[in-house]
Amino acid sequence: MGKIKIAQYWGAGCGGCDVALLDIDEKILGVAEIADIVFWPIAVDTKLKDVEAMPDGYITATLYNGAIRNSENEHVAKLLRKKSAIMVSFGSCACYGGIPGLANLTNAKSVLEYVYTKTPSSDQQNSKDPVFPQHETHTKYGDLELPVLYDTVKTLDQVIDVDYYMPGCPPTTNLINQFLGIVEKHVKEGVPLPPKGAMIASNKTLCDECTRKKTVKQVDRISSAFEVDIDPQKCMLEQGVICLGPATRAGCGAKCLEGNQPCRGCMGPTDQVQDQGGSMLSALASIYKVQDKETQMSEDDILKIMTQVKDPMGTFYCYTMPKSIIKRSVKERPRVKKEAAP
Amino acid sequence: MSTTTVQKTATKEEGEDWQPLIITFCCNWCSYAGADLAGVSRLQMPTNFRVIRTMCSARVDPEFVLRAFSKGADGVLVLGCHPADCHYIGGNYRTRRRIALLRMLLEQYGFDPERLKLEWVSASEGPKFQQTITDFVKLIKEIGPNPLKEEQEEQQH
Repeated sequence: MGKIKIAQYWGAGCGGCDVALLDIDEKILGVAEIADIVFWPIAVDTKLKDVEAMPDGYITATLYNGAIRNSENEHVAKLLRKKSAIMVSFGSCACYGGIPGLANLTNAKSVLEYVYTKTPSSDQQNSKDPVFPQHETHTKYGDLELPVLYDTVKTLDQVIDVDYYMPGCPPTTNLINQFLGIVEKHVKEGVPLPPKGAMIASNKTLCDECTRKKTVKQVDRISSAFEVDIDPQKCMLEQGVICLGPATRAGCGAKCLEGNQPCRGCMGPTDQVQDQGGSMLSALASIYKVQDKETQMSEDDILKIMTQVKDPMGTFYCYTMPKSIIKRSVKERPRVKKEAAP
Repeated sequence: MSTTTVQKTATKEEGEDWQPLIITFCCNWCSYAGADLAGVSRLQMPTNFRVIRTMCSARVDPEFVLRAFSKGADGVLVLGCHPADCHYIGGNYRTRRRIALLRMLLEQYGFDPERLKLEWVSASEGPKFQQTITDFVKLIKEIGPNPLKEEQEEQQH
């Protein structure tokens, strides 16, 4: 029997997912035993035109990491979908938009303007006539083209049909091994693949996996991780550090918490929830201690307490903005003050 | 008013006859009874609101509010029992924290945070229900249509 063919591609990501695939140690030899890598820009010298030349469905499985943020990401995602039998949304960016997804709070123009004129490392900081990357550039040697940066970052499944999801920033070696095991068993022994749309992770929340002791289940103040001397045995939230565990899918083995850092939610929400941020917001509000004079407090007093959460968007939607219910920022019109009717 | 006419008036973007669409969550024990009282007392108020009854105001998951906005609601009103009067002892304390955080979040999304309002209405406060609805409809008319809905409509055209 011939080997299966796998491909990996990166969209708007950092490359960490590619490294994660190499991080499975000696298991990578097992991969080489059952599979040929036909396309993997970071490791193999195959060009896009080689992929274009492949017949449809030629690639057995493609692991696509990174969000869809420009025309090139979208083009390659669509091309690989056509050429692959199985498409795996690999990593938080592909599944939920990830960190690049936070760009949905602004738009392409502001992003370019900031990067090319305002960053301290930019040469154009005080330039009167700054230069920006253009989609098309005409030179005497010919026309050059760059991908178009989109205003809205999208997840992979908002652009193409996805078969399996593997969240994580990056997906842990455990999850990758689990997936490779499934594929290997399918190829060698004919064990059927999981149903389409399956998440290669647990469907419980992280608190289920976390070994820290939870006793009072109450928060009486909210602090940043660096402000507290964190007790490694005690629940993060009980110590006043926002940990996204209650709203995040398990499967990572609570590695950050083992390292005495709170969960930031890279595994995304569980199947029962669409909006991870809303879910965490709800959880945090529920366990925040009832004040002594609660009945005499106004809503403004409560707001003052809750502003201890400095940046709700960046905290609760750190990885899942493009997959949330609202998806991106909006712009209100100026208010119209209407005269009272006589 | 039938649903189709509501949609027609609500999607009209410009002009004087634009009518906002407001989702009102009422808790079963206080505010829904308050709304009922306003109704049987024949108190006059704008008809732009749709009531959704929940067992407690704390049942209003932030997801409900966000989904209401994503589906085009121009304002969301959450009504519950007065502090210390909650049928479930402390449900409304959770609600007020959630609404405070949600308003911060909506502001970061670019929404006017005043599109989301929390008010306490007891079973005996029919006139307060009337007043809350009247004021809120007036406020939303000043703020204007939900920007998300406008964007979605622009994309369709």
